[in-house]
Amino acid sequence: MSFIKTPAVPVESINPKVKDCEYAVRGEIFNHAQRLQEELEKNPGSRPFDEITYCNLGNPQALGQKPITFFRQVLALCEYPALLDSDEAHKIFSSDAISRAKKILSTLTGKSTGAYSHSKGAKGLREMIADGIALRDGYPANPEDIFLTDGASAAVHMIMQLLIRSENDGILCPIPQYPLYSAAITLHGGTLVPYYLSESNNWGLEVFELKGRLDLARENGISVKAMVVINPGNPTGQVLSESNQQEIVELCRKEGLVLLADEVYQDNVYVKDKKFISFKRIIRSGYRDDEISVVSFQSISKGYYGECGKRGGYIELCGFREDVKDQIYKVASVNLCSNTTGQILASLIMNPPKPGEESHKLFFSEKEAILSSLGRRAKALEDAFNSMEGVSCQKAEGAMYLFPRIKLPNKAIDAADKAGMVPDAFYALRLLDATGLVLVPGSGFGQVPGTWHVRTTILPDESKIPDIVSRLKTFHESFMREFQD
Amino acid sequence: MAKPLDYESLNENVKKTAYAVRGELYLRASELQKEGKKIIFTNVGNPHALGQKPLTFPRQVVALCQAPFLLDDPNVGLLFPADAIARAKHYLQLTSGGLGAYSDSRGIPGVRKEVAEFIERRDGYPTDPELIFLTDGASKGVMQMLNAIIRNENDGILVPVPQYPLYSAAITLYGGSLVPYYLEEEANWSLDFNNIRQSIASARSKGITVRAMVIINPGNPTGQCLSEANIRELLRFCFLENLVLLADEVYQQNIYQDERPFISARKILFDMGPPLSKEVQLVSFHTVSKGYWGECGQRGGYFEMTNLSPKTVDEIYKVASISLSPNVPGQIFMGLMVNPPKPGDISYFKFEQESKAIMESLRKRARIMTDGFNSCRNVVCNFTEGAMYSFPQIRLPARAIEAAKSAGKAPDVLYCLKLLEATGISTVPGSGFGQKEGVFHLRTTILPAEEDMPAIMESFKKFNDAFMEEYEDYRGYSRM
Repeated sequence: MSFIKTPAVPVESINPKVKDCEYAVRGEIFNHAQRLQEELEKNPGSRPFDEITYCNLGNPQALGQKPITFFRQVLALCEYPALLDSDEAHKIFSSDAISRAKKILSTLTGKSTGAYSHSKGAKGLREMIADGIALRDGYPANPEDIFLTDGASAAVHMIMQLLIRSENDGILCPIPQYPLYSAAITLHGGTLVPYYLSESNNWGLEVFELKGRLDLARENGISVKAMVVINPGNPTGQVLSESNQQEIVELCRKEGLVLLADEVYQDNVYVKDKKFISFKRIIRSGYRDDEISVVSFQSISKGYYGECGKRGGYIELCGFREDVKDQIYKVASVNLCSNTTGQILASLIMNPPKPGEESHKLFFSEKEAILSSLGRRAKALEDAFNSMEGVSCQKAEGAMYLFPRIKLPNKAIDAADKAGMVPDAFYALRLLDATGLVLVPGSGFGQVPGTWHVRTTILPDESKIPDIVSRLKTFHESFMREFQD
Repeated sequence: MAKPLDYESLNENVKKTAYAVRGELYLRASELQKEGKKIIFTNVGNPHALGQKPLTFPRQVVALCQAPFLLDDPNVGLLFPADAIARAKHYLQLTSGGLGAYSDSRGIPGVRKEVAEFIERRDGYPTDPELIFLTDGASKGVMQMLNAIIRNENDGILVPVPQYPLYSAAITLYGGSLVPYYLEEEANWSLDFNNIRQSIASARSKGITVRAMVIINPGNPTGQCLSEANIRELLRFCFLENLVLLADEVYQQNIYQDERPFISARKILFDMGPPLSKEVQLVSFHTVSKGYWGECGQRGGYFEMTNLSPKTVDEIYKVASISLSPNVPGQIFMGLMVNPPKPGDISYFKFEQESKAIMESLRKRARIMTDGFNSCRNVVCNFTEGAMYSFPQIRLPARAIEAAKSAGKAPDVLYCLKLLEATGISTVPGSGFGQKEGVFHLRTTILPAEEDMPAIMESFKKFNDAFMEEYEDYRGYSRM
């Protein structure tokens, strides 16, 4: 038999949307860091630092943060229920962890974490989450409007897929933004409509800026469908004031925009003069269901729980009609369900031990220790950046990041051009090579043209912060000396 | 002004997507369940939901990984065997900070290495862990690959009919074209290459560029285990037509006959040697949801890439990194599945016992169900050689088909709804999987508990035979 091959269409010609999308958080600088790490492992002492410190990603437990004991007790019991009947277990596990695990197992299909659950997530767990939301906001939540997902990121993809029909559909996104949004919009074939946060105003959100961008997009034939608000902000760390939130909601109502409220950092607020208020609460206290549609995103990856690796999160839908909710359900069902561990954790973070319960004391002390430490680390790094020449850093009121602005001298910008790199990427690469610190260039998040930033997390262990600060300062001084105009 | 969340304004591809496994029948069954009726859910391959117990060893290991403080407790040896303790320590060490940290976006390197070693033991050919990506279930991997391949509606994917409707749903969602090829029911659901060649020619004449071909082996819903000859011919076909082969092999542990054991598409490809072994692009999928593990809720899976260009692999890695990482417990389940207790390990005996019991029972149930269906009037059922389903052909009388038309329903949907109302058995109509025009089926799983099987088959037979009695004209149909 002779083989006659037909003309080739190689898989190299893959979906252009895949080729176009970008995600700087695990992009070039990160890849370079991985190579350096391999090098260090093969040849210790080959670099001016002993280890790579990953400050590129909000991944607390990778940097030593401990999980909440109560949550892990419950998970272990759910995974291996034989423990529930053993006497030894009653010595190791607190009784409220045991009773919570029993309650959770009774809500699971087949009473097992190994069965596919309902495609929205196990009903009993959604009820627990709804209770937690009601307690938080003072307004009831409907378990049928809650969808559990493999992390908030999976939910973002689901919603973008639902909303975007073509590149004529636009989504308003803050600049700077968490690049999941730009990547998801590209992947799903839509158009990102940027609105700039005001750095000099502590990254505040100005409604006239929003309206201006919206009108401009519409003039260019873009049908703007939704607006993303990240509160507390990533990478910018600001916590919106209530009045700001009211303005945003009113704008969305007036302009017929779906509000996509990324609230995954709701349990990360470090300043006494600000509080997290959910957009759901703002809406429930002033608007009818037919006036505005909101999707609120929450995740188990952040807060004080930091359970990134479990991939858990949920969306709560407000002001959605049944026929649209049916479509969301249908898409969710193609993947059958999200992982059960993540679902269980989502129910736990929204319904943690209460005062008076056996585990509360330990839970509370663990939570407070983590949050107060995060607050201290945020301050220490903020002060460090502000002490550096040509660097200004807004306060991190919440979330897990700092986004300092760096006034790069022209010589540095020229050098970057020659190297074929964006200036802040050039700076970040030099920083990495000199110190082993992995930061993400501001260009990965978007910024006002002509300004340069880097994003760092505040997550390295508190004991390491002084050393990190000194390495940053030393590098920065030498960089500025090298490239001074 | 049309609002963005008006039904009319939604992404058309989303509206067009259908996924019958949790579609109309399942929704009706859930309603009835709420009303208090006893429902036997056989619509989805979900073993633990029907009473199958999880294997002990993996649950012990993962529980220890979830709560590492247990490892410090002096009494841990009273609760867990030493090899579970050691294995938990092993996996914790492989993570970058325990189960709560995002892993490498491709999955924990140490687990991918275990997967590579498993594949090498299974097939006798080495493989590169860098080309193995762990995913939140095989479904996510399938979707990632299809998203990478499909550029627009002129890109076609060859999909078997009947197929597991993840494929049709994903192709619709990503805006591609499904190019069907029909499996031959009378030849035990084997591949019919004349039909495949016709399908591809027909698609091309409509301007479709056919990019990939899906095979599901063992088959879902059809349960056949493909012969080596079939797979060889398939690989040659993909070579000639320059198609990437997407080999869904998630049921490779579920084999209920001895004539055709599972052989991976990759093994056969390498057996065939160059030029095929160097040129045919292949992506193979596996999961922890099926086999005798049945850990569906954990969402653990992987895909392995063969002969894809490094640039393509990079792009796929990039997309994976946007979602940061697959869930870590699911990854550990995958590591345990490919690297189970060995003879001599403390937990080996119990593990073997549990696994064997499940496999033997599945084999029995496959037989009970096939025979049960074949004993029913106007029902013909191929033997479930593998996977977890039975896909009997229901020869609906003309009057039943008319009744369905009047009710505005597909004939097999009507049959399945009536079956549900009468017996509480919740199945999925064959139209959800695709079938030849005018031929009707339903899919059920072989998962109900062995002791419940006789009653279930009895209940089905009673309903079916009464249905046939009601709708048949006096001529009837002859049974094969």
